[in-house]
Amino acid sequence: MHTWLKNAIPNATGLLITEMVITGVILLVFLILLAFFLGYMERKVAAFMEIRLGPNRVGPKGTLQIVADTLKLLFKEGFTPDAADKFLFNLAPGIIITTALLAIAPVAFARDFQIWDINIGVLYISSVSSMAVIGILMAGWSSSNKYSLIGAMRSGAQIVSYELSIGLSLISIVILSGSLSLNDIVESQANGWWILKGHIPVVIAFVIFIIASTAEINRAPFDLVEADQELTGGFNTEYAGMKFAMFLMAEYINLFVVSAVAATIFLGGWMPFHLGNLTGFNHIMDFIPSSIWFFGKTFFIIFIIMQFRWTFPRLRIDQLLNLEWKYLLPISMVNVLLATLMAIMGWHF
Amino acid sequence: MLFEPDHYNEEGEFVVNMGPQHPSTHGVLRLKVWLDGETIKKVEPHLGYIHRSIEKMTESLSYRQFIYVTSRMDYLSAHINNQVCALVVEKALQVEVPARAQAIRVILAELTRISSHLLWFASIGLDLGGVTPFFYAFREREAINSLMDENCGARLTQNFMVPGGIMKDVLPNFQQRVKEVLKQFKDNYHEYDEILTGNVIFQNRLKGVGILTKEDAIAFGCTGPTARASGLNCDIRKLYPYDGYEKLQFDEITSTGGDCWARYEVRMAEMKQSVKIIEQLIDNIPEGEIVGNTKKVIKLPKGEFYQRVETARGELGVYIVSDGGTTPYRCKYRSPNFANLSAIPHIARGHKIGDLISIMATIDLIIPDIDR
Amino acid sequence: MTTEELKQVMTDLLPSSTFDETGEFLNVIIPSEELLPVMKTLRNREDLFFDYLFCLTCVDWKDHLMMVYFLNSRTHNHTIVIKAKITDTINPQIESLFSIWPTAELNEDEVFDLFGVKFLNHPNLRRLFLEEDWVGYPLRKNYEDEHMIEL
Repeated sequence: MHTWLKNAIPNATGLLITEMVITGVILLVFLILLAFFLGYMERKVAAFMEIRLGPNRVGPKGTLQIVADTLKLLFKEGFTPDAADKFLFNLAPGIIITTALLAIAPVAFARDFQIWDINIGVLYISSVSSMAVIGILMAGWSSSNKYSLIGAMRSGAQIVSYELSIGLSLISIVILSGSLSLNDIVESQANGWWILKGHIPVVIAFVIFIIASTAEINRAPFDLVEADQELTGGFNTEYAGMKFAMFLMAEYINLFVVSAVAATIFLGGWMPFHLGNLTGFNHIMDFIPSSIWFFGKTFFIIFIIMQFRWTFPRLRIDQLLNLEWKYLLPISMVNVLLATLMAIMGWHF
Repeated sequence: MLFEPDHYNEEGEFVVNMGPQHPSTHGVLRLKVWLDGETIKKVEPHLGYIHRSIEKMTESLSYRQFIYVTSRMDYLSAHINNQVCALVVEKALQVEVPARAQAIRVILAELTRISSHLLWFASIGLDLGGVTPFFYAFREREAINSLMDENCGARLTQNFMVPGGIMKDVLPNFQQRVKEVLKQFKDNYHEYDEILTGNVIFQNRLKGVGILTKEDAIAFGCTGPTARASGLNCDIRKLYPYDGYEKLQFDEITSTGGDCWARYEVRMAEMKQSVKIIEQLIDNIPEGEIVGNTKKVIKLPKGEFYQRVETARGELGVYIVSDGGTTPYRCKYRSPNFANLSAIPHIARGHKIGDLISIMATIDLIIPDIDR
Repeated sequence: MTTEELKQVMTDLLPSSTFDETGEFLNVIIPSEELLPVMKTLRNREDLFFDYLFCLTCVDWKDHLMMVYFLNSRTHNHTIVIKAKITDTINPQIESLFSIWPTAELNEDEVFDLFGVKFLNHPNLRRLFLEEDWVGYPLRKNYEDEHMIEL
């Protein structure tokens, strides 16, 4: 496609802009559809957990329910409270959704299918996704609502703390694979995924990553920022209509991003299931398209995170911080040392 | 707006109104909460959002009518509320209630208790952020409600009592239906333990939170599971038996913890005791009359009458002052939730916002009963 | 303690108290000025030890208001009903029992709201159910309201 566009548009800058626009549009459409699908999936998973049917009226098997909901949110009044700081209030959903979209750039969806093969991919994702806290703080602060303010302050404490564990659990894989680029990390798993060949340190890192990233994206049982039953919605109490829908969409995109990162780093991303030197077996596995591998793994992790939400009650704020500072952080620190030792001694397969 | 003086006081404490429209106050309770960060400094309940002055209405209703207003007080134990009113009239008139009516009353009262505790179980999960238990508990509650619907004509506000007995006889398949409901409940009970009781997060949210000592429980007048979790023997069914509870075998569940977890355990165990009571009665409901001998127009003798029963939330007392006429001169309901509510400001102090939710969930307030 | 013994104790405690035994429990009628010392004795004396105030209300007898306190002892398991007669219906006043039983706080708020009895030394006397500017006290027998319907 690049060559075809090169012939059509001789100007290099024009070419770059056209390519960016095309990628952007494709990505946005894909992500909106993805958010729709995740919304539908969440309802079905919830219904599955709660011995009920879930949406089954609008469209075949209720698939269009989420479209109907989006339409409803679209036609609702984009209400801004009188006492709110209007500029920040309207800016906040934009910031949250932008950070969610930015984080998806270096993720490889299939073999050689990546928007931006940046050589510091892991670093980029962890730094961009931590910017979401600014949007949440902004939303909570500018709403001029006490519940929102408490929610925003909680999010500050929560996201900043759990950032550390996420970083440390990613670093253990970076040490093992010796690269920050997501593509290199995937390539390094050609003879087996890290979770299989990395022994216990990688398994620990994987579990910590799942827990910490659930907290990072404010999903139950770590949804203290929203906490409907305590703070009546927390930072997004005052939001309605499309602005609220943007928070919702950002939540689903974030869910997808962290699951995709977990799938890429620990489960080999688009890399098929390879076992050491069993060439025949590996060839059979190669017949399954790499995109199916990627999405299969990602949705498996999404499903796990959704199960958390519908099984566990919420933690209290001090318990949440205890969990991070007293358990996860020390464990991940020791874990990084173990992984380093393993990498130096070459103990992994 | 946040920085106007009435939103925080001189010490910089943050004043938040929880309710009257708040997802976990279960109705229109408004708690004014003084916060220091996340820590609760002071709680002050504000009431009256659903005040209907039932006590005033009762003064112009006859002794046959006033029973049914009480269904709207503690709507989850409507049947037991009716029972206390029927009992006070019977006590004043010294009417003998037929054994069949008593047995049916007790069965329905215990079913009401199970259904009320199930709703409590559902909502404690919901309040603490886990939605799934809600649907598990409502599955069984639905079966009980259908049974009530078939026999009493209503799912929630049964209005099945008349002074001297019950309004009409139960259906022929009553016994079989009750057994079905109990079987379903017993078969599914283990799921409650699996989804909530065994959950580590859930236990951590309740253990050591909101400790109510036995002395405080007495001083604040707490009754029901709330007080029994603090080690106070206050089951009216044992202390002052009515409607034949003295003939039944069941245990009064008490615990000594006094925290939210103890209250949780007491309620979970009480459901099993209710099942035990119904099982003793269901196969030997006596035959015979369902209403005792009462006149069409009831006149209570001049005097004062006090009767109490054990609802799902504690001791419900009704105090009737009669001047010898056809309507009560004064009627006072001593409601369990009102007394239990007064303990909340005391035990919530020093806890976090999230703990206030667990305290409210385990004390299980029904606001219409407080407001009356 | 039996009813007879309680009666003896109350006569010793307050010779001016009168008794009424129509109901289930022993009713003791005392003048409202004597309420606080009597209640303190009832709460604190070892052989009485009424630690549980389970019902607190008021009855409007048109010419006087009658405060009714249901007391029970959890240790001795005896019950007594103390009635305090307030003769001043225009500006009724009585001592608050909050210092003895904390449960009295909300109950007394309720009585203040619906009967207009002012409780002295109450920590936070307010209209519990009705608005602050509500005129009249609904449970009084002479209460009139434009919305009232005669049944």
